[in-house]
Amino acid sequence: MTNADQELRRTSLYETHKAAGAKMVPFAGYEMPVQYTGVIDEHNAVREAAGLFDVSHMGEFEARGKEAGAFIHKMVTNNVRRLDVGGVLYAAMCREAGGIVDDLTVYRLEEERYMAVVNAANIEKDWEWMASHHAEDCAFENVSEETGLLALQGPRAEPVLAKLIPGGGDLEAIPYYGARYKDVAGCEVLVSRTGYTGEDGFELYCKSADAPALWDALISEGGSEGLKPCGLGARDTLRTEMKYALYGNDIDESTHPLEAGLGWVVRYKAGDFIGREKLLALKAEGIKRKLVGFEMVDRGIPRHGAPILIEGEEAGEVTSGTMSPSLGKAIGIGYVPAANADVGAALEIDIRGKARRAQIVKTPFYRKS
Amino acid sequence: MELPSGLKYSREHEWVRVEGNIAVIGITDFAQSELGDVVYVELPEGGTEVEANNTFGVVESVKAVSDLFAPVSGVVVEANTTLEDQPELVNSEPYEDGWMIRVEMKDESELSDLLEADSYRAYVEEESG
Repeated sequence: MTNADQELRRTSLYETHKAAGAKMVPFAGYEMPVQYTGVIDEHNAVREAAGLFDVSHMGEFEARGKEAGAFIHKMVTNNVRRLDVGGVLYAAMCREAGGIVDDLTVYRLEEERYMAVVNAANIEKDWEWMASHHAEDCAFENVSEETGLLALQGPRAEPVLAKLIPGGGDLEAIPYYGARYKDVAGCEVLVSRTGYTGEDGFELYCKSADAPALWDALISEGGSEGLKPCGLGARDTLRTEMKYALYGNDIDESTHPLEAGLGWVVRYKAGDFIGREKLLALKAEGIKRKLVGFEMVDRGIPRHGAPILIEGEEAGEVTSGTMSPSLGKAIGIGYVPAANADVGAALEIDIRGKARRAQIVKTPFYRKS
Repeated sequence: MELPSGLKYSREHEWVRVEGNIAVIGITDFAQSELGDVVYVELPEGGTEVEANNTFGVVESVKAVSDLFAPVSGVVVEANTTLEDQPELVNSEPYEDGWMIRVEMKDESELSDLLEADSYRAYVEEESG
């Protein structure tokens, strides 16, 4: 066993995954299930019925106190002030120079209590960045270790979850990007109608010690609805079909939200946030490159890092790509010059030294029929 | 793990079925199971020369790209073009309809570097710990 293996962390569901025959791989410093039965099978379960993912590796920070809302508002590009209790929003967190520190969701759990949910690979970096800005009149705590997180996704997610809540939980009253505390299978769970798949569904925050019991209850109640345990492989194909950005692939500190297609979560008028001046300047200058989605015309699967060619010249790079299980086509995401970013524009992708034709298409790639 | 006897196996997880001076080549049941759902196969055209232990193509699962290594040297006489539209045959029938190329061997003595089913099984069990 190498040192790298020894340093890998495990979620409270590790033994559950092993017992279910999951294939485990290193991801963001954690040993996580990449698949159970097969990526395509799990992908289709989420599109057609329901899938259950362990995403407990993600990080959760809580801010409490009078200044908690103002603190989080200053850190992220979206308008935290408009959040009501039980509301959720998606945002980017930027450096002063506009580079993306992370993308995250923000929850207003109580009047003066907020939660930021960050990518596993960025927990330490985000913590340092946020803690270095945090206000006097606000407690700020990293609760990642004690927090478990399951994603229950797919058109049958709601009926599956309802079975585990006394009286059904009135789930239809939870709007998209809304969250409520519920008693699920005897555990206190923050039920959030959010996700990373393009399907209806929930993200379920619980105590990490409760996660295995919650997982088992969902799997045993969900089987008759077609629920399957899913790994990170399917999570990636599902999010790629929606062109949802993956931090470290499509966005990072060298990219800013405007070129990454995240301008819709940048609210300049709502007041000050870190990076606002720079993003306003970038907007005024005009965006130089854009993150676009494309389909392959020739055979081949575009992968992260493959050069994008325009008229034979290298013009950008593929940031994500896969064979899309729902479309049966090879699809990719990458940055191209803004002048060449229109839907229908022809590109070539250099795959193993051979230029292969591709075409920019509308995204999301996948739309529910 | 299915390992038909009568085939030869390489340490890169390809199999060879010898038919006269022709080597039929594919990847083993172990290899397809490690890869997961195969979604793309890129093979050389007929007439291409391949050399033992060098790459002759690529097999891709949803997540990963893997090189294919030629177990023997020779000239490709036929590639399994069915795999262009049905790459999943590599998963479902690795030793039958999931075959990849037929090679006219240049040096049949190279076959003696390959493993029999039993020794390949022992090799895989040792490698996967």
